[in-house]
Amino acid sequence: MSDNVAKKSINFKELIPVILKYIVLVLALLFILVPIVIIIFGGLKTRGEFYTIPYIPPIPPRWDNIIKILNMPIFWYMMRNSVVVTLTSTAAVVIVSSMSAFVFARMDFKGKGVLFQFFTIGLMFPATVAILPIFLIVRQLGLQNNLISVILVLTTFQISMSTVILRNFFMEIPSELQDAALIDGCNRTGFFLRILLPLAKPSLAAVASLAVVNTWNDLLVALVLIDKEKLWTLQLGVMQFQGQYGQDLSLVSAFLILAAIPAVIFYMFAQRHIVSGLTAGSIKG
Amino acid sequence: MVTIETLKKRKSRRFSSDRIKVFLFLIPAAVLLLVFLVIPIFQCLYYSLFNWNGMGPAEDFIGILNYKKIINDSVFIKAVLNTFAIVGLSLFVQLPLALFLAIMIGRGIKGRAFYRTVFFLPYVLSETITAVMWRILYNPDPKRGFINAVFQAFGWKMQDWLGNMNLVLFSIFIVLTWKYIGFHMLLYITGLQNIPRDVEEAALIDGVNKRQMLTYITLPLLSGTIRTSAYLSVLGSLQVYAIVWIMTKGGPVNASEVLSTYMYRFSFVRFQLGYGAAVAIVMLIISLIFSITYMSLTRRTEHVA
Repeated sequence: MSDNVAKKSINFKELIPVILKYIVLVLALLFILVPIVIIIFGGLKTRGEFYTIPYIPPIPPRWDNIIKILNMPIFWYMMRNSVVVTLTSTAAVVIVSSMSAFVFARMDFKGKGVLFQFFTIGLMFPATVAILPIFLIVRQLGLQNNLISVILVLTTFQISMSTVILRNFFMEIPSELQDAALIDGCNRTGFFLRILLPLAKPSLAAVASLAVVNTWNDLLVALVLIDKEKLWTLQLGVMQFQGQYGQDLSLVSAFLILAAIPAVIFYMFAQRHIVSGLTAGSIKG
Repeated sequence: MVTIETLKKRKSRRFSSDRIKVFLFLIPAAVLLLVFLVIPIFQCLYYSLFNWNGMGPAEDFIGILNYKKIINDSVFIKAVLNTFAIVGLSLFVQLPLALFLAIMIGRGIKGRAFYRTVFFLPYVLSETITAVMWRILYNPDPKRGFINAVFQAFGWKMQDWLGNMNLVLFSIFIVLTWKYIGFHMLLYITGLQNIPRDVEEAALIDGVNKRQMLTYITLPLLSGTIRTSAYLSVLGSLQVYAIVWIMTKGGPVNASEVLSTYMYRFSFVRFQLGYGAAVAIVMLIISLIFSITYMSLTRRTEHVA
């Protein structure tokens, strides 16, 4: 409809805002994309090329740096650690949060409101703020230098948001469905497992995708809880790598490319779920 | 109606019969929250009253001395001011920019999905990757740092982006904007999509022009989303850590120190854990005050509306 209006009355005065709009958009796009492109250029050059012709496209691309990193055993340790932490935490977040969300969405009991407030406490205390207390308790439990501690902590800090998102979704499922299931002799656990969870697949996917992004990208928790090089996650590795090889910027750029690839691939496949998780979480949370 | 009522009664009776299960369902989450959030915070409160380097038991009780030291430390004041500066810049520069772009993209532009995908991409890249990336781009040597290369090409004065005390916070803010503007845009685009079409169409029929539409219809209907995005932005700004620590470690000479880097330095670099604990408590209180204020404010406005 607006297209028609625009076509009918094209005159110079109306064209200016349109042109301005596109100029602003192109500038914004450049602001986001150029930094990424420059780093990709840099990572696909030799060290010498990086310092002589840093900003032109790498034609032909040099894979030396990439291959050098792929041949480092530590890179694969980091990749494995990150994958283990991310997958385990995500599974834990989905299981634990869907259980608590079910209770808050579907059951009535005394003190439910207060208890729910308690479960959303994580929304107010992000992990960064609580990192020292976390470090102390993990040390007391003797779980330092153990990926389990990273997994448990990252899971904990996803619970509140995930519970809120899933609870809102569970509440939208009509209670008639639950009544029908109960009349048919389904007990509550059966209703949860066989009816509610399958129906909630989209919101479970959203919560899971969000958990993947958040745990994969964590730096601070791993930084504080892990010293052993073999247990470093990829983010920790990126930080240490730039400290160690800071002089060889093309090698650092190549490392950035490799470290970013998993996240970008995941983003391409799960964009829809990440977006719906974020918007659901923020708009109702 | 009667049948539904009786069903509901029967449901609640049935459901109260296996109350134990309720608690079984809640236990995993509750245990995690208790062990890794609630108990640690109380412990932290306890340790904040000691002079303690983290080795052995805390024995040197000094009461609120740590808190007194914090308030009197000019570096801490600097960290608070810098943190608030980031909060302010985010609220009054980053969010309006995001809103502006969202309104532009939200209104019948071709390739909306493309723009959304591009703008949201930095959100998915980690703060660590973002920080290392921008450290390279900010390199003062124009042969290594792209930003100065651009400045050189245009004949502008090149800058030491992360080394200049007056510039460093602004440079960091640029990076934060790069990373998070897409997220806020996304919220606004979703908010815009939720505005009912017929409201806008009715306004068009009533002869409302574009600017009136924006100020009297779109923005008021978007106020809930704007509030949420502002809340998340402040909460995020209060805990900015990885980007600052990797790019500048709070330097040069504390010029980019923020609350979280200050806390990290005392806790994990200098191992003054008692002092670090007190800083953590102060940070918690700041976040808490902010959250509670926000909640009471939104509750009030919701009552009015």
